[in-house]
Amino acid sequence: MSDNHVNVGSASVQAIETVDITNKRVGLFVTCLVNTMRPTVGFAALDLLEQAGCNVEVPEHQSCCGQPAFNSGDDEGTRQIAYETIKQFEEFDYVVIPSGSCAGMIIKNFADLFEGQNEWQARAQALADKTYELLSFLVDVCNFVPQGVELEGTYTYHDSCSGYRSLGVYEQPRKMLSEVSGLEHKPLHGHSECCGFGGTFCVKYSDISDAIVEEKIENVLDTKVDYLLGGDMGCLMNMAGKLNREGHTEIKALHTAEVLADMATEILGDGHARK
Amino acid sequence: MHANKPENFEQNVSEALSQPNLKAVIRRTTDKAEAKRAEAIANFPGFENARIQGQKVKDHTIKYMAHYLAEFEKNAKAQGAIIHWASNAEEASRKVLEICRKHEAKRITRSKSMLGEEIGLSHALDNADIDRVETDLAEHIIQLAGDPPSHIVWPAMHRSREDVIKLFRENHKDPTYSEEIIELVRSARRDLRTKFLTADIGISGSNFLLADSGSTCTVTNEGNAELTTTPPKVHIVTAGIEKLVPSMAHAVPLLRLLTRSATGGEITQYITFHNGPKRQGDVDGPEEYHIVLVDNGRTKMLSEGMEEMLRCIRCGACMNHCVVYKHIGGHAYGSVYPGPMGSVLTPHLNSLKVANKQTHACTLNGRCEEVCPVKIPLPKLLRSLRAKSWEKKYEPLTNRFFVKGFAFIAKHPALFQLFSSCGVIFMRMFSKKGWIRSMPMTSGWTRNRDLIEPGTQTFMQQYKKMKKAQK
Repeated sequence: MSDNHVNVGSASVQAIETVDITNKRVGLFVTCLVNTMRPTVGFAALDLLEQAGCNVEVPEHQSCCGQPAFNSGDDEGTRQIAYETIKQFEEFDYVVIPSGSCAGMIIKNFADLFEGQNEWQARAQALADKTYELLSFLVDVCNFVPQGVELEGTYTYHDSCSGYRSLGVYEQPRKMLSEVSGLEHKPLHGHSECCGFGGTFCVKYSDISDAIVEEKIENVLDTKVDYLLGGDMGCLMNMAGKLNREGHTEIKALHTAEVLADMATEILGDGHARK
Repeated sequence: MHANKPENFEQNVSEALSQPNLKAVIRRTTDKAEAKRAEAIANFPGFENARIQGQKVKDHTIKYMAHYLAEFEKNAKAQGAIIHWASNAEEASRKVLEICRKHEAKRITRSKSMLGEEIGLSHALDNADIDRVETDLAEHIIQLAGDPPSHIVWPAMHRSREDVIKLFRENHKDPTYSEEIIELVRSARRDLRTKFLTADIGISGSNFLLADSGSTCTVTNEGNAELTTTPPKVHIVTAGIEKLVPSMAHAVPLLRLLTRSATGGEITQYITFHNGPKRQGDVDGPEEYHIVLVDNGRTKMLSEGMEEMLRCIRCGACMNHCVVYKHIGGHAYGSVYPGPMGSVLTPHLNSLKVANKQTHACTLNGRCEEVCPVKIPLPKLLRSLRAKSWEKKYEPLTNRFFVKGFAFIAKHPALFQLFSSCGVIFMRMFSKKGWIRSMPMTSGWTRNRDLIEPGTQTFMQQYKKMKKAQK
């Protein structure tokens, strides 16, 4: 497909609100992958939200958005997890998630899970209505413009499917990254084509997933960039893991939040405890 | 080649991925289809409106299916058609065979129809020792090769030009020795021409059934459908009941969507409306005209909340844009209908027990829904089939065990955080220079790619420490 951004299909692009964010409470939903595999993304998100003027809290008793159960067809298991998420986060004015995939789960699927349970469906919908993917929240709601961030090199951007197709995340990360001095964008052929991660798919159908990611990294390598950026840890881990397996250590994969929060010096897979 | 079975999906996938040229062969077609579709849509500003209109037409007709079927039957009969109803594939094939036997047909010509494949008509005709002549060029190729179709629009896309040259030389009476495409087409034409004129019965499918006139409509490019349906004394149409539309005016937006989504063309070479047998004064046309209306799981889909799937107009755009289809090809699915639409349809035509693996072989990336001309929410439908198959316990026990274990831990956030902390310690035992190349229980991941080393502690652990220090 072409590299021109054509049409995000049926995605509803959130209207730009101008809100005084300073007196709003923002709950940060860290996500499983950030929590365990890449804590810096969580700290980067926290930092960016604070820079944008938000009053951020991280509820201690958070778990998972439920996608591994949901995408396996275990609706009851997913509901059990969703109850906890709703209880933990419904008190906030906004819920922000550094992943289009997990945000999409809450925004697009939570309410449907509680078909026939009026009270919980209403609570799920209310949560969905105030849940945002991090990068689009920073731009669309906070009007955030990164300042004084530097990173020397070129980057290409992979638009993760859920963020791109179901939430309409496309311009926001690019807009913020254009403020990073020294960083130059190179378009990625098939920028919005699936990388083959797909959650449980990549372990269930590892070989199909591998064929898909192999093609993805061919396109990434063609750009000859220094950085591969995205907004979802799942896709980034998949692409970075394949790049490393194939010996392509010259391209560093990073979450966009890490770049914007000036934490890009530590790269994927090089050990990244909070300093 | 042998026909793959849907229940052997994993094995079919392995075979497909090990074929060195398959990906290139698929791409030759799908890349072109993608590009041509994009161009056609860019040149059609009304596309989005047509999609909405097309969806509405389909939804309306599906909602009032019984009414429109009755209207179609009445009007088709008034035109002289003989209507047959078939509730399943076996019955549909049997009805066609009965007509063939009644007319002592020795040779039949067929124009491409996925429904014909769905009801197993090829096998039924072959088993009845009737000389079956596939007249669509691609169908002709796969008939010679003995292959099942690998795509619903380009059934022979898995065959290369070299394959075709060889097949034609071996099978045509007067084959070409040229390797030019035009000469190959001429060779097929020479071979088929006499058969067109000597067939006892012509069998076609239908893209639209128009309720208000009782017409059946075929959309083709080669003119073979016209030669299949006109010279023989008997014409049989087999069509799924979801092909209904109220009238010609309702078929038009769907036609616009169909050709652009399938081939990127604004229109096909031939759009033919069949209106009953030959009338007095007509110079040609069949003397007898039959329409076999096939349910085969469709009303069941309606009753099981899968009505959105009945909108499908069989354009193939979902498979052309599917990352999984593009790597494994159509045969791996083991069904007449491959790709995203096939993974939703097959469980209803066959059974979910047999075809549930295909519903999982999807990353739910949403590209298919984005390109679907009638906005079928394919990822949602695929996931709902996973939920059904979970309820019926069709999943392998180990998968159920892991998912259930995961859900149990995740619904207890404190336990979840504890598990995450322990998981980090465990994983770090296997990491080397920032990467994990292999470790127990992650072979699905590490077979093909490395895993990044997790942080020294989870975000939550570090965050709590930070907060404590700030106090």
